[in-house]
Amino acid sequence: MTESNFLRELHDPDVPVPEGMQSSVAVTNLRKLADTVYNWGRRNSIWPMAFGLACCAIEMIATASSRFDQARFGMEVLRASPRQADLMLVSGTVTKKMVVPIVRLYNQMSEPKYVLAMGACAIGGGPFKEGYNVVSGVDKYIPVDVYVPGCPPTPQALLWGLIKLQEKIDKQSLGNANSTPWYGRGPSDEVPVPVLGPDIVDPRQAHLLRREAEAVQAQMVQAEGEEN
Amino acid sequence: MADQSPAVETVNPVDDAINHLIEKFGAAVQRDTRDGYSGVIVDPAQLVRVGRYVRDTLNYEYLANAAAVDYLGKGDHLEMVYHTYRVSGGPALVLKAQTPREDAVLPSLVPVWPGANFQEREAWDLMGIRFDGHPNLKRILMWEGFAGHPLRKDWKEAYYEQDQKPFDSRWPGGQVSRSEEHNAYGKNVKYPDGFTLDDYESLAEKAIYDTMPLGVDVSADISTDRVVVSLGPQHPSTHGVFRMVAAIEGETIRGLEPVMGYLHRNHEKIGERNTFLQNMPFTDRLDYFCSLSNNLGYALGVEQLMAHGARWEAPSRRAEAIRVLMVELTRILNHLVAIGFMLNDLGAYFTPLMYAIIERELILDFFEAVTGSRMMCNYMRFGGVAADLPASLRSTANQVNDRVREFDTMQYLRELIHDRLPRAVDQTDQLLTTNEIVTSRCIDVGILSKEDAIAYSAAGPVLRASGVPYDIRRAEPYSLYPELEFDVAVRYHGDIYDRYLIRLDEMRQSLRILKQILPILEETKGQSFFSGRGGIYSPRVPAGESYGRAENPKGELGYYIVSDGGQNPWRYHVRAPSFINLTALEQMSKGNKIADVVAILGSIDIVLGELDR
Amino acid sequence: MYGSGILRGLGVTLRHLVNTYVEDIRWGFRRHIPNEAFPQRQGLQTRGIFTVEYPDEKLAVPERFRFIPFLVVENYDHPERPGHDWCTSCGICAKVCPPQCIWIVRGTDPVTNRPKPEPEEFFIDIDICMNCGLCAEFCPFDAIKMDHDYELASYDRTTAHIYNKQHLSKEFNYWKAIAPTRAEEEAQARGGWDHKDVIKQREKEAKAQAGGPTRPTVTGP
Repeated sequence: MTESNFLRELHDPDVPVPEGMQSSVAVTNLRKLADTVYNWGRRNSIWPMAFGLACCAIEMIATASSRFDQARFGMEVLRASPRQADLMLVSGTVTKKMVVPIVRLYNQMSEPKYVLAMGACAIGGGPFKEGYNVVSGVDKYIPVDVYVPGCPPTPQALLWGLIKLQEKIDKQSLGNANSTPWYGRGPSDEVPVPVLGPDIVDPRQAHLLRREAEAVQAQMVQAEGEEN
Repeated sequence: MADQSPAVETVNPVDDAINHLIEKFGAAVQRDTRDGYSGVIVDPAQLVRVGRYVRDTLNYEYLANAAAVDYLGKGDHLEMVYHTYRVSGGPALVLKAQTPREDAVLPSLVPVWPGANFQEREAWDLMGIRFDGHPNLKRILMWEGFAGHPLRKDWKEAYYEQDQKPFDSRWPGGQVSRSEEHNAYGKNVKYPDGFTLDDYESLAEKAIYDTMPLGVDVSADISTDRVVVSLGPQHPSTHGVFRMVAAIEGETIRGLEPVMGYLHRNHEKIGERNTFLQNMPFTDRLDYFCSLSNNLGYALGVEQLMAHGARWEAPSRRAEAIRVLMVELTRILNHLVAIGFMLNDLGAYFTPLMYAIIERELILDFFEAVTGSRMMCNYMRFGGVAADLPASLRSTANQVNDRVREFDTMQYLRELIHDRLPRAVDQTDQLLTTNEIVTSRCIDVGILSKEDAIAYSAAGPVLRASGVPYDIRRAEPYSLYPELEFDVAVRYHGDIYDRYLIRLDEMRQSLRILKQILPILEETKGQSFFSGRGGIYSPRVPAGESYGRAENPKGELGYYIVSDGGQNPWRYHVRAPSFINLTALEQMSKGNKIADVVAILGSIDIVLGELDR
Repeated sequence: MYGSGILRGLGVTLRHLVNTYVEDIRWGFRRHIPNEAFPQRQGLQTRGIFTVEYPDEKLAVPERFRFIPFLVVENYDHPERPGHDWCTSCGICAKVCPPQCIWIVRGTDPVTNRPKPEPEEFFIDIDICMNCGLCAEFCPFDAIKMDHDYELASYDRTTAHIYNKQHLSKEFNYWKAIAPTRAEEEAQARGGWDHKDVIKQREKEAKAQAGGPTRPTVTGP
């Protein structure tokens, strides 16, 4: 058995542990041990990006300051640069104009990266959902790990969300490429940056647009034909 | 207004001014005779001349607000409304100009009042009125290339459901769904027919850089290329999602353009669909530091309208006292944090802000116990406040490890006002005022002269730091302010340092007001906190227009409200101090170093929720 | 002297630093005894350390605190109508809701097909709710109230964030527990701890027993 094969089998939860080895599960525990160490390190040194959008950002600052003190969770290092940040706290209303920079910032963050949607607006548009310039949830563009409802969530609610995020990190495993894609080979996929056209356009929906346009054209041709 | 006594009319300076205008311009100026309206309608061809006359001869030199209204189905025209004031105080002279909805054009008033610059751009962006003679007419809140002018009454958004709330689908049928489920793209989008991404080029970024003053300046000693630097929207010292595009030569600013709209949440469009009461919690989210002051401004605006109706009772003395209490606490809270943020921008990072936030938390404890929320208080109602002060600030414990606190409300307030907050203000003073780094970075930087401050419609601490003692609490008093004793803080240099000092002064004045409010609260204990009948969720608001203005911590917050007598406002416009104060940013920054721009921005104290609405 | 301003400022920060230790020494072990040092540390007397050790100790919220609304139902051990909705589906909350996040399906009587005063379904989309509290403020039956539970963070919004009636319902005792003063005020206004309609019904019956029908009953022609 080559080493890489061995590791792959080690990482694959579907491969059963041979019967004789179950009493001495040092091998499987090695993975668990690695997971524990990795996750312990990651969960206790989450560096959020200093990035505030709206009202919730003020509660985020309140969370970071002395009364609620994020530093107790190892999260006090607010980084202004996405390159140095692990966590994007989307704190506030995501507008169509702002979602372009948000996607860019998300792409620039290095793995492992997490996104926490704070407040009703970031989760699903919130009270401003019906507005013409509001994105109904940041998860329409980038993947979100934890949602913290509230308008705005109190600092304690946000801390609860951060604890939830830590719990999520605890459950991640080196062996499971689905939950931790950044241990795979090669760069992770970038989210295509939306385009500000007559309205915001998600490039992933270009085919939908084309289909609609063709349908409209077909209708026009048909209407013309009927006139003639 | 119709049943005003003639005795009042003769001494009314506005009437006097209107008579002057009519005498001078004849048929080009007409009284606005619509029921519930005031001011004059000016012939667009004469608008600039009238504006000059109003400014220079009649001395209404301060343009507070310029708002556009779409009268679709009510005359089918667009109307631009200008509120002008005398710096010495008094009510507004309102100018209006009308233009047809198709091909809407009006002359620009920027040559008369540079402060109209952004407001006219906003009117072009959202209402589609083109301003002849405007130096830089392009979209301001939306991006260049966006389809349509969203505030027009016939423009419908992607999630459009009904013209007015409440929506029929909510009750009794209750067809629950998410709006995106009804959209072909699953998102809040709609496109013109036949639009595809194939060879589409977005104008949004290009348009921003088009007007920057670039090129080589050969006249200077060292000729360098001008470079355009874009700061934001993600930048640690832009107070949120604000963006500046600066043309710099070496490190010196030669041109600067604020780019905004990154938090444009369509407050006004949603506001026109809401009922009057439903707008109250939305106003919380304008300037999210000062939700209570926003509430008050809006309540004043609607109460002005309601006062014309039958069965209107003014708020009781207790209600007014509570209002002033809340608003002044908000002012202290805001100024403490604003100074903290300004120092953050200057490079002190978090220390002053940390200290400010401790005091802020203590005030928020009070707000939370009284109104139910730390930040989004939703506390004022038309005719009073939502609830009386509780007897004690008690935190209930419903979970095992909750820690209980209980303070007597009045005792807490007394301690807060007489002891804690004065100490906090003094501490800030001690920490910063004589600090050499602060003084060397702030003194004589970002100067805004008195004349410019008025011309650019600056408001609040920015205006008063430039030597204009204009405070709405004195110039056009509301609530209990006429009987309260306080001074209007004013400083004369108009630099960053003065804008910092004036915030300290104002906090001290606020404490003075609060000390006078405490005995009033004691003596009115037990009085009703709400006039009229409670439990009415759709108060009757007579048709007409009103402009409710309040002296917010950041400056004049105005609500221009047009009612057609229905349950919803026909037009709901917010005059946001942060937005209009920024008009002067370029003026303040030109010639300074790029590092100072951040400090200048900090000294203006903007908040994005209000700036972009 | 140049630099004196900076020194003065540093004095302020030094005072903050020293205060943390002074307070620690002053309170000693008592700092960790619940509800003794805490109000002092989290009140206006606070000096030095101001931190709430969140998951271990929580800053309790005041009675008026508003988070997502919930529906009051009759206590589950109520003798007559356990678990019965207080809501009569009058629709005022749905009408007054500023972001329109409430959907109500009014109940119908299966026999007569006429609307009956209880909701068949009740939805609140917490992704839209702005916690403004207007629904609770204007509910004439005290049937919708603002909750105090803010620990709602979740990993998925598509399945769990539109609360239905089952999710929203909490018994009346819960409201009494989280907001005792207000529950009592409301009970006084209603005239008893029960639902408004039950009290009215009871009064009517009492009157009927005491002095016959209060209103002349209309008899057929």
